[in-house]
Amino acid sequence: MRMREKARIMDAEGIRRAVVRIAHEILERNKGTQNLVLVGIRRRGVPLACRLARTIEEIEGARLPTGVLDITLYRDDLSTRLDQPVVHRTEVPFDVSGKRVVLVDDVLYTGRTVRAAMDAIMDLGRPQVIQLAVLVDRGHRELPIRADYVGKNLPTSRREVVAVRLQETDGRDEVVIEEPCAADQGKER
Amino acid sequence: MPLKSHDVLALEEMDAEDIRLILDTADSLKEIMFRAIKKVPTLRGKTVVTLFYEPSTRTRTSFELAAKYMSADTVSISTTTSSIQKGETLRDTVRTLEAMGADLVVMRHPVSGSCHYLARCLDAPVINAGDGMHEHPTQGLLDLFTIRERKGRLEGLTVAIVGDILHSRVARSDIWGLLKMGARVRVAGPPTLLPPGLEDVGVRVCRTVEEALQDADVVQVLRIQRERQRGGYFPSVREYAKFFGVNAARLGLAKPDVLLMHPGPMNRGVEITSDIADGPRAVIREQVTNGVAVRMALLYLLLGGREE
Amino acid sequence: MSEARLLIRGGRVVDPSQELDAEMDVLINGDRIEAVGPNLEAKGAEVLEVKGLVVAPGFIDLHAHLRDPGQEWKEDIGSGSRAAAAGGYTTILCMPNTSPPLDEAARIAYVLRRAQDAAMVRVLPVGAISRGLEGQHLAEMGDMHCAGAVAFSDDGKPVADAGLMRRALEYATAWDTFIIAHAEEPALAAHGVMHEGAVSGRLGLRGIPAAAEAVMVARDLMLAEMTGGRLHLAHLSTRESVRWLEQYRSRGVAVTAEVTPHHLVLTDEEVARTGFDTNTKVNPPLRSPEHRECLRRALAEGIIDAVATDHAPHHPDDKDVEYDWAAFGVIGMETAFPVLYTHLVQAGILSLARLVEALTWGPARVLRRHLGSLRPGWPADVVVVDLKQERTVDPDAFYSKGRNCPFAGWELRGWPRYTISAGRLVFADGQIL
Repeated sequence: MRMREKARIMDAEGIRRAVVRIAHEILERNKGTQNLVLVGIRRRGVPLACRLARTIEEIEGARLPTGVLDITLYRDDLSTRLDQPVVHRTEVPFDVSGKRVVLVDDVLYTGRTVRAAMDAIMDLGRPQVIQLAVLVDRGHRELPIRADYVGKNLPTSRREVVAVRLQETDGRDEVVIEEPCAADQGKER
Repeated sequence: MPLKSHDVLALEEMDAEDIRLILDTADSLKEIMFRAIKKVPTLRGKTVVTLFYEPSTRTRTSFELAAKYMSADTVSISTTTSSIQKGETLRDTVRTLEAMGADLVVMRHPVSGSCHYLARCLDAPVINAGDGMHEHPTQGLLDLFTIRERKGRLEGLTVAIVGDILHSRVARSDIWGLLKMGARVRVAGPPTLLPPGLEDVGVRVCRTVEEALQDADVVQVLRIQRERQRGGYFPSVREYAKFFGVNAARLGLAKPDVLLMHPGPMNRGVEITSDIADGPRAVIREQVTNGVAVRMALLYLLLGGREE
Repeated sequence: MSEARLLIRGGRVVDPSQELDAEMDVLINGDRIEAVGPNLEAKGAEVLEVKGLVVAPGFIDLHAHLRDPGQEWKEDIGSGSRAAAAGGYTTILCMPNTSPPLDEAARIAYVLRRAQDAAMVRVLPVGAISRGLEGQHLAEMGDMHCAGAVAFSDDGKPVADAGLMRRALEYATAWDTFIIAHAEEPALAAHGVMHEGAVSGRLGLRGIPAAAEAVMVARDLMLAEMTGGRLHLAHLSTRESVRWLEQYRSRGVAVTAEVTPHHLVLTDEEVARTGFDTNTKVNPPLRSPEHRECLRRALAEGIIDAVATDHAPHHPDDKDVEYDWAAFGVIGMETAFPVLYTHLVQAGILSLARLVEALTWGPARVLRRHLGSLRPGWPADVVVVDLKQERTVDPDAFYSKGRNCPFAGWELRGWPRYTISAGRLVFADGQIL
């Protein structure tokens, strides 16, 4: 199915500003960096977590422990997917027990990825608290989950795709809404 | 990108791309074994049956741990069988397994080719845990994994396999896996224990153990079964150790950073001396750990995320 | 004897015994051939129009296992003879490794009596060389010969004791009969299940080296030369066996030999290709390509006299098991001609005339009997083959009770259309009559 760009939501500067704001909010809500750790969800949550860590270091002068979470093994759709996802490494080189864990992802949609991520984190230890930071919240939740820090709230229809592109993974920074080309729309059903 | 094959029967039948996928997946999963809570929910509700027609501790335990770490349920059927005293036929056992709702069957069997036979009779995926003298693909994969993890690569390495190649399913799987991944393979052992056709597939057959070990990156020492002496393949265990056993002096011919491997269980003082088996070059314990990771990877790749 | 006459009209008659290969008619009177020639006049004769088909003497199989008495669930004389008729065979030799074995005159008589009652084709029993096939004491060969045994063999097992083989060859000369040797040195074959070579090395299956056969062939040839006994080498499978055979035959030793369709067509690679299918397990084993090429050449050049099937039916329970535990052997009578026609004649390896000879006149000369020829006055054993008919091999449609066929699913050409045994039409258009 071919997609076409419908609207450009954020550019590089917009993403930078959102990351800086979220960094401030995290510090404010957690009253500093004490016991705070960041965990990025593969794939685009990882560079976002790194950016947040860098920004927080610039503000507070403290380097937060940052981990990488692969949630493949915790997915609830493994047995129904046709294409088997490749498992990547989970790298959380610190104990999460008693920590204030901020999960970082690019888009919050159904909430299923976050559910899987929370299960994955809890299998690693018992955090004091888990918070969630996302660049875009596009709605349509299927689970009782909400984000603590949101770059942008974006009302969308289910037909649309929110594409987050980051320098580290895609070569450029942007958030766009895409939708199926008109010619292909009828075929979708 | 799922595995191309429905079963894991032989590394001879697997291509480099699938081998790489298995090793990469094992690499991702190995971390789970070092967690405080060694469990992920991936294979909840799946039943893995281990069907062993030969006694085995490590392979069976390794498969069962792998399944349990992935949250699969395990059922083990252990039985001895021989051509003289046949119990239930394998064909009938298959019907039982199907009735029990097995999602995957791991089988070890004393007859070469039996896992192919099982796979023909059964819809569920089959993993060969050793069939006669044919192959032991999961051991081959864990050996590849161990070498790759330590050396960072497989391509271009020189691997010497020493001992009873003729009767060794480990040797066959190692040879195919290593050749497919671009390593060079040498073998050495008593001429009575070298199968025909090795050169045809690209293995260098060495006249002496010394020749095989010279500048090797990896040495895999095979277990010598004492009953082979009774079979007349070599005169005595003493003479075997003298000419074909790997000891410190012979290992000294290999590269200084050589990896010393053994699929276990070892006959200390026969095919391998204790000083080197317990020495700094040995990665024999890592092989065991890596075996669990490789088997977790196979269970994930054969059972996880696949629409049947 | 019936006085009915049958005119087989307009076919291409291929009879190597008379070097015939031309369009002509064959006239049968009762159980004998009356005439062969172009445009035969036969007033009042029934006519079988066979234009476009090949007419040949009925095939002779020097080597079949009919499992009767004792293992009738695998095959019996009736079902085996129906399979033979469906394959174009009109004469078959049945091996003595039954239970009990055919090692005394009464058991030879049993087979002949059963054949008279139940068989569609001529069944010639082979007696055992040793009592109980145990390889120790000579069986009563003379008595069995008089009862109708046409040859002697411990087939299925080698005669390991060279002294016994020597005595058998010597003793057989008294009745001008011959010994069929299953050449296999047990100490070398040692529990092997396939040809020892690169493929067995890869598959981890225990090998039977080519030398296991050749050393025994050499021994038996030396003994034949020494004793003057007649020796027939069963199911040759190796290059070295062929060389020994050639050498001794050129010295005038009375030796003949046969080869099976499966050894002519398949190789040890088939075990790997089929993923350890037990229908590739035969003894002697399927050999590597260089042996197969040598067998093909030897057959084409007449060094090997005959094609014999070694038809060895087994119950599925004996084959549907792990490779090491599966029984040796495959069935072959119903597929022999199409397999060889498709894979040797159509492939340009063997002429049609030579193939027909190896199935008719060749084995007849081994037997030294008036068989395998359309000469006037000889038995009216005739097969009519449709070289153009193409069909997929379906073991479930076999007349044999065996389903252990390595050619299942193969597309083959050249199926027998009619089989006439001693003047009687026993098989026509796929049906036993």
